[in-house]
Amino acid sequence: MRLLIKGGRLIDPASGLDRIGELAIAGGRVVALGEVSRDFSAERTIDATGLVVAPGLIDLAARLREPGHEHEGMLESELAAAAAGGVTSLVCLPDTDPPLDEPGLVEMLKFRARKLSRCRLFPLGALTRGLAGETLTEMAELTEAGCVGFSQADVAIVNTLTLQRALLYAATYGYTVWLRPQDAWLGGGVAASGPVATRLGLSGVPVAAETVALHTIFELVRSTGARVHLCRLSSAAGVELLRRAKAEGLPVTADVSINSLHLTDVDVGFFNAAMRVTPPLRQQRDRDALQAALADGTIDALVSDHTPVSSDEKTLPFGEATPGATGLELLLGLALHWGEMQKLSLGQTLACITHHPVRVLGAAIGSLGNSAGRLVAGGVADVCVFDPAARWAVRADALVSQSKHTPFAFETSGFELAGRVHTTLVAGVVAYERSLA
Amino acid sequence: MLSRRNPQLNRHGELIHLLSIEGLPKAVLTQILDTAGTFLSVNDRDVKKVPLLRGKSVFNLFFENSTRTRTTFEIAAKRLSADVINLDIARSSTAKGESLLDTIANLSAMHADMFVVRHSESGAPYLIAQHCAPHVHVINAGDGGHAHPTQALLDMYTIRHFKGDFSQLTVAIVGDIVHSRVARSDIHALTTLGVPEIRAVGPKTLVPGDLREMGVHVFHDMAEGIKGADVIIMLRLQNERMSGAMLPSAGEFFKHFGLTADKLARAKPDAIVMHPGPINRGVEIDSSVADGTHSVILPQVTYGIAVRMAVMSTIAGNEA
Repeated sequence: MRLLIKGGRLIDPASGLDRIGELAIAGGRVVALGEVSRDFSAERTIDATGLVVAPGLIDLAARLREPGHEHEGMLESELAAAAAGGVTSLVCLPDTDPPLDEPGLVEMLKFRARKLSRCRLFPLGALTRGLAGETLTEMAELTEAGCVGFSQADVAIVNTLTLQRALLYAATYGYTVWLRPQDAWLGGGVAASGPVATRLGLSGVPVAAETVALHTIFELVRSTGARVHLCRLSSAAGVELLRRAKAEGLPVTADVSINSLHLTDVDVGFFNAAMRVTPPLRQQRDRDALQAALADGTIDALVSDHTPVSSDEKTLPFGEATPGATGLELLLGLALHWGEMQKLSLGQTLACITHHPVRVLGAAIGSLGNSAGRLVAGGVADVCVFDPAARWAVRADALVSQSKHTPFAFETSGFELAGRVHTTLVAGVVAYERSLA
Repeated sequence: MLSRRNPQLNRHGELIHLLSIEGLPKAVLTQILDTAGTFLSVNDRDVKKVPLLRGKSVFNLFFENSTRTRTTFEIAAKRLSADVINLDIARSSTAKGESLLDTIANLSAMHADMFVVRHSESGAPYLIAQHCAPHVHVINAGDGGHAHPTQALLDMYTIRHFKGDFSQLTVAIVGDIVHSRVARSDIHALTTLGVPEIRAVGPKTLVPGDLREMGVHVFHDMAEGIKGADVIIMLRLQNERMSGAMLPSAGEFFKHFGLTADKLARAKPDAIVMHPGPINRGVEIDSSVADGTHSVILPQVTYGIAVRMAVMSTIAGNEA
């Protein structure tokens, strides 16, 4: 399909491009942007007047719940949710049932996603078999099958020797290991340690659960040379350790979830199970530090941490409720909201959900890395067209995802999101169109 | 984020559920204590019944075992002429895999008017109050480490009975504060009723520093902590605390934080000693103190029935 998007505000965070212009797409690629030659004959023209034409969003953390938890979300519904959220590439976690520790499982997932052609899917393989933290997976085989890195999801490795060897082995091939810094023993609680958890009588997760793990990881990065991506930082102290590690030149990157970026433990209110997320929501000074660190680039990427949870698993007492929230369709709006608060330009705001996460992925996504998360002539036509002025309320029945639970639901938060996705293109093909939804 | 209305009050500010002391106005607490006073005489009569809850069904839902608390609620409901149904859910439905809300829906279909709930998870009574029919009232009889509001109210009744006025008191709460729903509810009640000095006393594993943000003075030395106190509330020490590496032994705890006559001598001469029960003699309290002249542990139990009658009759009279 030959497509022309005209009248829109073209933004490419990587090059600083920000101008009204046209975007011509053919053969799944951007063939011209800015001024498009009159010779370009489009089969379809999209009028983007008043809208922003940006690179498709890159989400480094979403759970699709397949295989194993199909009742909580399925590839079909969740990839549709991604497209509705303007997300054109996403990294999915290996904590499925069974975990992604076999090349066959990864191949099947990639195959199913390709058939749906809604969104590019980049699985993380399990770092250890069954995520049990004992034996290594066949990382080279898994990489051939399509894995872009290796992760334990939320399962901490208790045995430091195993972790050291996993990092050494991954470093042999230059694979990135994605670790969520949480000490297995200190991380057992259901809410962040602090006045709110103490007042509500909820078991706490101290900041030390994160900092102890970070110290361990940084020491092992120093000794093994492995490249590590730190998932879901949650504390001001964690941010400070990351800042120092980056200043030292350690090969580390990091992300933060939309939940930790915008919420605090006070939002738990009267035991609202929608606020039960992992890592737990911390205090305001932590949230402020996370917002600042994302703005100054210490934290590389903002992620949806999309985790479908069934209603049965959420209508339980706070401590028994399954952690997690829907997020794919909220990523853009919550990024824009953060950018407004930080007084960032639209390009600077979008960087943390476009080309910065692509930098985190690095060589693992091959030649796609040259143009994903960017808007460049000759690059892949993964595009998100959105209305930056539109405000919308998050309501369960308006979400495409099977998972409806979110801390940002209008009925409990009274909160309106900025930015409404108009059209999502993946490789030049329309994956979502608001007017048809 | 929106601030939501306190779920235990209706739009007129009247109590419809009792879930926590936190956020309740002083007038509501005082009114319950006053009402409890009028019920105390009922308990002394030959015919110990008033017809306030006649025809009403009170379901005792104990997801966690407790004989004492359940019994006092049962007696209170019966003295108000209610029909009482005791469900030991710890051993029935949930063991068969039924969810909490399914259990509540089924019991609501049996036309319950009031649920008295004890649950091992903090906040469980909030979930029940949110999901039960509008005419059903919920009383929290203890949820995890969060709240035990009727215990706090009976403690306040006891303090008011023996001390008269809250505004000059120093109250020390001693022992396993971090796991104690009684301590949290007592702290909120004492604060609301105007007690100027509330102390939390115990080792650092059991008394978290965050308590300071609840307006509490934290002491890790028993002698300092109860010095000059008018009221000493001792908490029960669970055996699990030793296996969870919170404490080395009951013996060492008793030596440093157990209430003995020696230590009690540092409090005011007319200090009262309270305990929510059941007491562990020789672990948190010495027998000579538990049975001594300062102890008001048994009067607490008596007042507990009147206070629970007051809570039940109050909320039953208010509409959602």
